[in-house]
Amino acid sequence: MVSLSINGMLVKVPQGTTILDAAKKLNFRIPTLCQHDDLCVAGNCRVCVVEQLGGRSLLAACATPVSSGMQILTNSLKVRAARKHVIELLLSEHNADCTKCYKNGNCELQDLSNEFSVGDHLLLDLTETKEYTIDRFSPSIIKDDSKCIRCQRCVRTCEQLQGVNALTVAYKGEHQKISTFEELSMAEVICTNCGQCINRCPTGALVERTYLDEVWDAILDPEKHVVVQTAPAVRVGLGEELGFEPGERVTGKMVAALKRLGFDSVLDTDFSADLTIMEEGTELLTRLKRALVDKDPSVALPMTTSCSPGWIKFIEHTFPEYLPNVSTCKSPQQMFGALAKTYFAQVRKLDPKNIVSVSIMPCTAKKYEANRPEMRSSGYKDVDYVLTTRELAKMIKQAGVEFRKLKEDKYDSIMGKSTGAGVIFGATGGVMEAALRTAYEIITGREVPFEGLNITPVRGMEGVRLASIKIEECKEEWSFLNGVELKCAVAHGLVNARELMNRVKSGDLIVHFIEVMACPGGCLGGGGQPIPTNEKIRKKRTEAIYAEDMSMELRKSHENPEVIGIYKEFLGEPLSHKSHELLHTHYTERVRY
Amino acid sequence: METIIENELVRELANKHGRTRESLIPILQDLVVQYRFLSKKDMVDVARELDISAADVFGTATFYTFLDTEVRGKYIIRICKTISCAMKGKNEILSTIEDILKIKLGETSSDRKFSLLEANCIGWCHKAPAMLINDTPYTELTPEKVTEILREYIKIQ
Ligand code: SF4
Ligand code: SF4
Ligand code: SF4
Ligand code: FES
Repeated sequence: MVSLSINGMLVKVPQGTTILDAAKKLNFRIPTLCQHDDLCVAGNCRVCVVEQLGGRSLLAACATPVSSGMQILTNSLKVRAARKHVIELLLSEHNADCTKCYKNGNCELQDLSNEFSVGDHLLLDLTETKEYTIDRFSPSIIKDDSKCIRCQRCVRTCEQLQGVNALTVAYKGEHQKISTFEELSMAEVICTNCGQCINRCPTGALVERTYLDEVWDAILDPEKHVVVQTAPAVRVGLGEELGFEPGERVTGKMVAALKRLGFDSVLDTDFSADLTIMEEGTELLTRLKRALVDKDPSVALPMTTSCSPGWIKFIEHTFPEYLPNVSTCKSPQQMFGALAKTYFAQVRKLDPKNIVSVSIMPCTAKKYEANRPEMRSSGYKDVDYVLTTRELAKMIKQAGVEFRKLKEDKYDSIMGKSTGAGVIFGATGGVMEAALRTAYEIITGREVPFEGLNITPVRGMEGVRLASIKIEECKEEWSFLNGVELKCAVAHGLVNARELMNRVKSGDLIVHFIEVMACPGGCLGGGGQPIPTNEKIRKKRTEAIYAEDMSMELRKSHENPEVIGIYKEFLGEPLSHKSHELLHTHYTERVRY
Repeated sequence: METIIENELVRELANKHGRTRESLIPILQDLVVQYRFLSKKDMVDVARELDISAADVFGTATFYTFLDTEVRGKYIIRICKTISCAMKGKNEILSTIEDILKIKLGETSSDRKFSLLEANCIGWCHKAPAMLINDTPYTELTPEKVTEILREYIKIQ
């Protein structure tokens, strides 16, 4: 332990602690910009400077470990002047049109400018001498260089959390900028649209492309029947934007709010998550049968999940040779979309051309996914608009709905019922767990041999997790699986997915089934979730997801009555011709940059 | 679909310098020696060969003045833009070259024979103004001297 004093107060912290964290312990907040709990230290913005008594120059609190006997001042005159100067320097190159900016009211740079009362600029305004670009080509992301302070959080996110490296620091000195390969648009490069960089950008330089106006237009158009689906992870994140602590489940209030906003049918992506399990589970078993019984050498194993569109785009760019291994199942969002304008329209006697299908997602890659040309199997665009959790919160605020006071409400039907298995799709390991709950029971007729159906080995925050289940005493038709140890691997965060795929590729790891979610923690840590998102908050949301699972009457996808119903009335059986038409898709190899 | 045509040179250079991150700059330098600039395709091929991202290669290349990412002529003229050369008449030299070659600073002639660029200090302050043509330094330049030098280069087929 090291003892030091901060603003005259003594504190003891473990060796290696930064001044920033030591100050936190004493409840002194030091402002930061380039620092982020999820990322390595960069120490480039200097807004966190503190004074060390007797020291020659100011120290960056985020990058300096404490040493014994240090006497630190976090709010001296010198410190205040330096910080203010740093902010003014940043602003001298910053297109500070806050009132028109997407991040207005939720911007770390704006907050600091306010905190330090930056008034009239003392420094020359350089923005007019700069030729900034705004990239609006991506359906998910807008990149506005005029708002960038070059803190490089995005570059570190894309590298350290996602292993994608779509962004780099290009050029130098006054020309330095955050750039893709050859300054191409985000839409043309390996960017997976995961939005993790958006979630960490302290300014308005990286933001989601919003579709709020389009959705309001649809809601206010009397001709249109607007259907909304909500992803599992939204219910454990939305509260944070609306005055709740991280980890509060707001499912019922969210449903009530959506009804007040004027959506005509408030339905649940969890329903189609359950459906995904039926299709994907059957697909896995079919592949295993072809491999083990028919000895068909063309079967691609291990099979990987396909519900995370960031992961799909990643594998299309990075491991195209493994595309046959990806489950052909569409993601729950897109299954839902295809059914909204077919099955739902049919049952509710609506003309699909008057249905507008909106989804609320914790994810910016879902915006891209909905715009993929394949995603029109209903004959229309299956999902018209995708909004993030943050955008939904904004809609609720815009409409003046007092969220905290709402009474809980229930999803509409049909396509509104779900099970705990559908809910846990929102957490890393959840799809695996849901699939195992169903597949094991299909094969053996018994429940998975885990207490309370909780398959804990696939849960957790480890980047790559391995688990296996021994299959015994199978039903007659699955007897070929007797004695087989079903091996599974789970990865979250694309940097871990890359590691996992490299191990599969080298032959070092042999498994049957792989779950990948592009974002750290799974969808609950998605790029469209509330800002900030960090390890602590992800853990809270994870607890909430599993609590929601436990609170559900049904916990296994194949027991969802609406899933049973749709097979009876509409689809036939899993992997039927109709399923293939509406619920399955194919993938495309993409460029290396 | 991307068709991967083997890039022999890139492969050879990776064999020579290695495939770690530290090999990146030597590989890029050798490519520039060969082609005078880094094409988009070569950068992607280097990225593939080293299993790193193409954006990383681009970021590195754009950081270094001598790792060009735009098509350059056979002879790259780099005029020193630093203060000593500027004070000793660099602008006059520059406009003389522009007049003779009919290209502006930053441009490459249509026959791809000459590119005209600026460089940060090239270490000849004591004999300013100075310029490089490819690797050869020319110093204490005057409009007459530079005209003479260029005339020789123009003659080379
Ligand atoms: S990025 Fe922040 S400081 Fe800049 S204009 Fe937008 S809200 Fe204002
Ligand atoms: S885009 Fe955002 S995160 Fe990236 S360097 Fe600029 S301000 Fe920082
Ligand atoms: S969206 Fe994801 S993949 Fe794309 S640049 Fe940002 S972090 Fe990288
Ligand atoms: S937050 Fe410490 S240098 Fe940026």
